[in-house]
Amino acid sequence: MQKATIQLETLACPSCMQKIESAVKGLNGVNRESLKVLFNASKVKVDFDSEKLSISDIEKAIEDLGYEVIKSKVKPV
Amino acid sequence: MQKFILGKKNQITLISAILIVLAFFSRFALENMDIFHWSLIIASVLGLAPIAIQAYQALKVKVVSIDVLVTIAVTGAFLIQKFEESAIVTFLFLFGAYLEQRTLNKTRSAIKELTEMAPESALKKMENGEFEEVDVDDVDEGDILLVKTGAKVPVDGTVLSGEGYINEASITGESVPVGKTVDSQVYAGTILENGTIQIRADRVGEDTTFGRIIELVEEAQDSKSEAERFIDRFSKYYTPAVLVLGFIVWLISRNVELAITILVLGCPGALVIGVPVSNVAGIGNGARNGVLLKGSEVINDFSKVDTIVFDKTGTLTVGNPEVAEKEFYGENIDEVQAYLASVEKESDHPLAKAVLKDIGETNLFTVEKTEVVKGGGIIAQVNGRRIAVGNVALMEKENVALSEKARRDVERFEQKGNSLVLTAVDGELKVLMGIRDKIRPGVKKDLQKLKRLGVKNLVVLSGDNQGTVDLVARELGLTKAYGHMLPEDKSAFIKKMQAKGHIIAFVGDGVNDSPSLALADIGIAMGSGTDVAIETSDAVLMNSDFSRLPHALGLTKSTARNMKQNIIIAVGVVIILLASLIFSEWMNMSIGMLVHEASILVVILNGMRLLRYRLRGRLA
Repeated sequence: MQKATIQLETLACPSCMQKIESAVKGLNGVNRESLKVLFNASKVKVDFDSEKLSISDIEKAIEDLGYEVIKSKVKPV
Repeated sequence: MQKFILGKKNQITLISAILIVLAFFSRFALENMDIFHWSLIIASVLGLAPIAIQAYQALKVKVVSIDVLVTIAVTGAFLIQKFEESAIVTFLFLFGAYLEQRTLNKTRSAIKELTEMAPESALKKMENGEFEEVDVDDVDEGDILLVKTGAKVPVDGTVLSGEGYINEASITGESVPVGKTVDSQVYAGTILENGTIQIRADRVGEDTTFGRIIELVEEAQDSKSEAERFIDRFSKYYTPAVLVLGFIVWLISRNVELAITILVLGCPGALVIGVPVSNVAGIGNGARNGVLLKGSEVINDFSKVDTIVFDKTGTLTVGNPEVAEKEFYGENIDEVQAYLASVEKESDHPLAKAVLKDIGETNLFTVEKTEVVKGGGIIAQVNGRRIAVGNVALMEKENVALSEKARRDVERFEQKGNSLVLTAVDGELKVLMGIRDKIRPGVKKDLQKLKRLGVKNLVVLSGDNQGTVDLVARELGLTKAYGHMLPEDKSAFIKKMQAKGHIIAFVGDGVNDSPSLALADIGIAMGSGTDVAIETSDAVLMNSDFSRLPHALGLTKSTARNMKQNIIIAVGVVIILLASLIFSEWMNMSIGMLVHEASILVVILNGMRLLRYRLRGRLA
């Protein structure tokens, strides 16, 4: 398991959170329990299985929604 | 293509504004209806594009967002050729989102200032022995780093060589520079004001004290209270419900205009954003003023506190006790003092430190069979003799007889507010020391402010004798004072008060009070910012600054009130809009959207007031 912290552009609407939450939860290999979308900090924190998917898959899922990923960090749990 | 359109949202908003102005100009000034219609058509299509894309993306992940409602409403208006409405609604929606983003950034600014203090680069010693600038993420534990004058310390570490003065305001709130030499601890985010040092990285990134503070504040600003989670769940069903309502209205009345107006009026706009905005502004104000609040649940509970329980040592007092008075009984004073010092050397109790400081340099003996008596003192073997150091209770337990004079001395010392340390050698009392701690300057005023903010009971609990505690209580105007309290007595007391229906905050230094900190409705740690207390408590007063406490209470009260105001504004707006649709003639989509966007700005601006919150003059 790896822990990803993804910094996004400033989130303005709370419905963005719902969208990002659903999109990331829909990915195969993420730990749904661990997912946190921080609205005010504009960050996504999630644990994922690096054998099933990579950080760029998660980034892509978010960017496909139209939210720019500024920086992401991956740390082993 | 999608990204391109979303990226140009601001430009699109501007163009549709120009087109709308052009439309009305040509209608009223030029009386040209063609330009009027075509301008509005272009403005509608252009403006709808980014909204429709967002709606599509939301639906793809099975979320019925506000974008979906607006897209359907605008498309409907367009189809029944209400171009005026479709253009104005899309414009207002986009423009509102733009203003929302701008103002939201303001409310988040206080916390952003904090996170921006995080170090970004470091000078790391490479394999060839040279120092090279690297990203702070590339520093590992054990690396050797160089910090030059004016630079930020990039990690928590230990000084290996050099010396300098460091401003630790970002951690402790104290801006007087602290001198550092070899083996001193340095903290990430602090600034080396002069000197040059080499340090070894002990903790990096999020594990540093500063990293932990940032993470805590970041999580706090996004933590949700029960009420907020309810709103979240509610809005998950609310938007689809509005959609269904619009559809039913259309089925029954066959009136497209009425149906799509309901979609716009029913937008939950201000409701979802109102509470988070108050929360982030309140926590931001706290962070700026040396008060860490861990989330909106904490804010709610804190604002309702009616009883504050204080630990004495280190909280109401400076926590640096000194021997104020002493009496000796019998001969061989030097020898006894040497025994006493040897035993106290084993202890990290604050009173032990005071005793050692008072005795100063002396011969030290080997101490054997040390036994710590909880709430009593220490018993040990020194030089073949039995030494007991502790309070009166310990002496009774050890069957040490107190002479008439000794009893009078004990009484006198207690009345003056001293904590007592008695020393017995082989069952005979030799030394009596009275140790006193200074009351923190300004505490009395701060306690009065708390009372005026509506706190009914101010209680002090202490392990000290009753005389000392009473004296402090009288001097500070506390409502109740209890001495001889062990840590478990303190938590029992808190339980008892809670059972009576009081909402309790416990203020302590977090070292030996963790059960009470955890048990109280609100645990407030007086932390220098480097303590574990940061983790166990609900709120932290940085740099152990007691004067932050009234500010914290006032701030939580204002923030809780602000949240309620925002909920009332948001719910009120939806009710008024829907009611006026039924009872009045003038309500339409455009006005509905205008009112919605205005209400969103009102709640954000209302939340922003918290950033400037300060205790009002009458309390000062």
